[in-house]
Amino acid sequence: MAESTVERTQDDEGEDRRDFLYLAAGAMAVVGTGAFVWPLVDSMNPAADVLALASIEVDLSAIEEGQAITVTWRGKPVFIRHRTAAEIEEARAVPVDELSDPESDDERVQQPEWLVMIGICTHLGCIPKGQKAGEIKGEYGGWFCPCHGSHYDTSGRIRKGPAPLNLPVPPYEFLEDTTIRIG
Amino acid sequence: MPKSSRYGRKALAASLVIALSGGLGMALESSPAAAAGGGFPFPEQSWSFDGVFGTFDRAALQRGFQVYNEACSACHGLEYVAFRNLAALGYNDEQIKAFAAEKLIVDGPDDEGEMFEREGRPSDLFPSPFPNAQAAAASNNGAVPPDLSLMAKARAGGADYIYAILMGYQDSLPESVLQEIFDLRTAENEKKYKAALEEYEDRLDAYQDKIEDGQTATEPVKPEKPEPVTSVEDLGLPDTAHFNAYFAGFGIAMGQPLYGDDVEFADGTEATIEQQARDVAHFLTWAAEPTMEERKRSGIKVILFLIVLTALFYAVKRKVWADLH
Amino acid sequence: MSNGFMENSVVRWIEHRLPIFSFIDHSVGSGYPAPRNLSYWWNFGSLAGVALVIMIITGIMLAMQYTPHVDYAFDSVERIMRDVNHGWLLRYLHANGASFFFIVVYIHIFRGLYYGSYKAPRELLWILGVVILLLMMATAFMGYVLPWGQMSFWAATVITNLFSAIPLIGESIVTWLWGGFSVDNPTLNRFYALHYLLPFVIFAVVFVHIWALHVHGSNNPLGIDTKGPQDKIPFHPYYTVKDLFGLGVFLIVLSAFVFFAPNYLGHPDNYIPANPLSTPPHIVPEWYFLPFYAILRAVDFDFLWIVPAKLGGVILMFGSIMVLFILPWLDRSPVRSAKFRPIYRQFFYIFAIDCVILGIMGAKSADGNTFGMTNVFISQVATFYYFAHFLVIIPLVSTLERPKPLPSSISEPVLKGGGSMAGATAKPMEKA
Repeated sequence: MAESTVERTQDDEGEDRRDFLYLAAGAMAVVGTGAFVWPLVDSMNPAADVLALASIEVDLSAIEEGQAITVTWRGKPVFIRHRTAAEIEEARAVPVDELSDPESDDERVQQPEWLVMIGICTHLGCIPKGQKAGEIKGEYGGWFCPCHGSHYDTSGRIRKGPAPLNLPVPPYEFLEDTTIRIG
Repeated sequence: MPKSSRYGRKALAASLVIALSGGLGMALESSPAAAAGGGFPFPEQSWSFDGVFGTFDRAALQRGFQVYNEACSACHGLEYVAFRNLAALGYNDEQIKAFAAEKLIVDGPDDEGEMFEREGRPSDLFPSPFPNAQAAAASNNGAVPPDLSLMAKARAGGADYIYAILMGYQDSLPESVLQEIFDLRTAENEKKYKAALEEYEDRLDAYQDKIEDGQTATEPVKPEKPEPVTSVEDLGLPDTAHFNAYFAGFGIAMGQPLYGDDVEFADGTEATIEQQARDVAHFLTWAAEPTMEERKRSGIKVILFLIVLTALFYAVKRKVWADLH
Repeated sequence: MSNGFMENSVVRWIEHRLPIFSFIDHSVGSGYPAPRNLSYWWNFGSLAGVALVIMIITGIMLAMQYTPHVDYAFDSVERIMRDVNHGWLLRYLHANGASFFFIVVYIHIFRGLYYGSYKAPRELLWILGVVILLLMMATAFMGYVLPWGQMSFWAATVITNLFSAIPLIGESIVTWLWGGFSVDNPTLNRFYALHYLLPFVIFAVVFVHIWALHVHGSNNPLGIDTKGPQDKIPFHPYYTVKDLFGLGVFLIVLSAFVFFAPNYLGHPDNYIPANPLSTPPHIVPEWYFLPFYAILRAVDFDFLWIVPAKLGGVILMFGSIMVLFILPWLDRSPVRSAKFRPIYRQFFYIFAIDCVILGIMGAKSADGNTFGMTNVFISQVATFYYFAHFLVIIPLVSTLERPKPLPSSISEPVLKGGGSMAGATAKPMEKA
């Protein structure tokens, strides 16, 4: 700038004020746009009615030892297996520190004969085989995911294959000896 | 702003403002007239949820819910409200579970393929008292009791209208309103009578002409002069209708629903007809739009924000344009 | 666009391959010179664009939650209102946004009528605008059907029945529109599909509309052509910032409705689920269709034994828009702005009032009276005047009127304070 110092100071003040105005207006416009976009994004989250459909009750009395049933909870299959003594023993015998997702069998069940877990392979979301009598149960006698070959043991823990985690256990409680509420 | 563009702008502005307000005015005017549809104009009430800062009164909501639950729900559904929504009334989870468990919900099919009834859960919607509209009509002399979830939005006047209908039965109506309705109907009848009389005279002339010409004709019947309307019976409502001052045509299919002390309020408030009507209107306004408080709260924030933002834009605009003038 | 930005290497790399930045700059940036005297009436074009964007965005979010089936449509809308996160906000923005879109567009149209923006060389620009209006009407109508309330259903029934007025093939056309023998699920489904599609068609026509606008640039309050750089200023920052201010005001008014009177412009009957067996006692269209509704109902007589009343009403209603297409050729005045057309200006105001009267009549019941005259009679007079304005008054006035002398350039009155502007001397200029 070629002006005298006095003029420059005045000019700078004017420019400062202008820059501040631009900045303030711009910042508020950005905040406002964000505040408008958030409700749009949030509207795609689960709605109140979806969140409310949380729990189901299941009667276990009809499941024979060694059998399993599949129930639907929050749109997902939940595997419930009435384990045999041999299966329980097998699950307990595994040394926990050898597992890729270390979890003891006791941590995964509330009553040892009842194994309750979400039947979705932790790899990419397929549903493992092993529920029905004739189905392939994998190398560890539990479940086998046909998509990419993950093997789960009789406690639903990942033993072999690409899946990173054990089959998750949903929140549930025993209302009576043979009735549970999932969710 | 260049000076020349101001020229003639005011008049254009004025005409457009008139055009717009005319349009808005119409929208406003057409609605109450349409829904009132011949009922007596109902008085406007004052509510805690009125206005920009209005909120629901939790105590009134709970009382209103009690009225709905104990007096209305035998005939009227609330199909868009779930038990879980009652949390907004200030009830806790245990109370909500208890309310839900009082109702039987049809669920199923079970493993045998049969539908079964079970106790309600908080996630359930309020069950409708009738399985379908035909069943509802069959048990109510052919009139289907409307679902109440949206009543406060589906009738012009909203809560005012609901309150008016509940207070519009003969017992709770001031004598003066009753008399005005009688006068109104008397005047209507006389107007009809005059028109009928004129028509009769024309016909009589035509009849006499024909008789004079030797033709056959039936003599027209002279209309009877109507008696002044002095009682509800004189209004000539259909047998199935109950008198209601604020309902279209003064006849409503619903019998008087509230007589006072229909419920025993948990908070000890005296359950007069007026109190119950007010509270249930309050409750139904909430039921029609449970998000109203959230809406108004966000609205205040949004508008304050926009006012500041717009003022800033205006300042920037002034600054940018300053070097042009 | 600032030089610093264009010198950025990434920007230059992209620009060399896809000149998008100079395209933006020449569309709404500093590379687009606009007349320096545009008034706030010129804000409404960009506002309409913003309104379209708001409608499309909220509409897409709503479409993710809505179910186009007669058994679930009403319920799904209530679910949006009650359970979907911020669903009430989306729906109220969309419903009131439609009204405000029309307010903005109507002001935009009346601005064009006042300042002669439809005249050469902007005839196609105007015609594209009328096409947008028609598409908006179709979209708004079909959108109103989707909540499947009483007004939705009966609006769909009444409006589709208009086509039955067409001789010989009318009934077949209506059946085809319905996909059945009454307004029912197939109708709702196709209306939903088209309601989703048409806004993007509007978007495309808006693009062409803006393209046409940029060929000769904006008209201006004086209605005279720009003569040189002294008449123009860059669109950015002058008009971008002015449009932003206008947008702020627009959003405040829209928010006032959305948050505090969201159902004011709606009708209570549309909160009653559709009932094909019972028509509400008083059905009215949304406010923005009221003038056209009045024209439709005005024709209660057969015309010359050839055109039955029903067909006549439909012809006039569509004709009231169609006449806008030929407006550029009906008005032969070489002067654009009504500012210099004293007689046309008076008729412009009468026309505006006539449109308001039609709107009022559209809202009233057909068998009523106003000021001792039947509503049908008032509608007939107002309808007659509507067409007379375009077909008789404008051609006559444009040839007979003696316009005031025009200023020689835009910058002349601006830079010299307006003193030399003809016709302005009698009236002292207000402070800008």
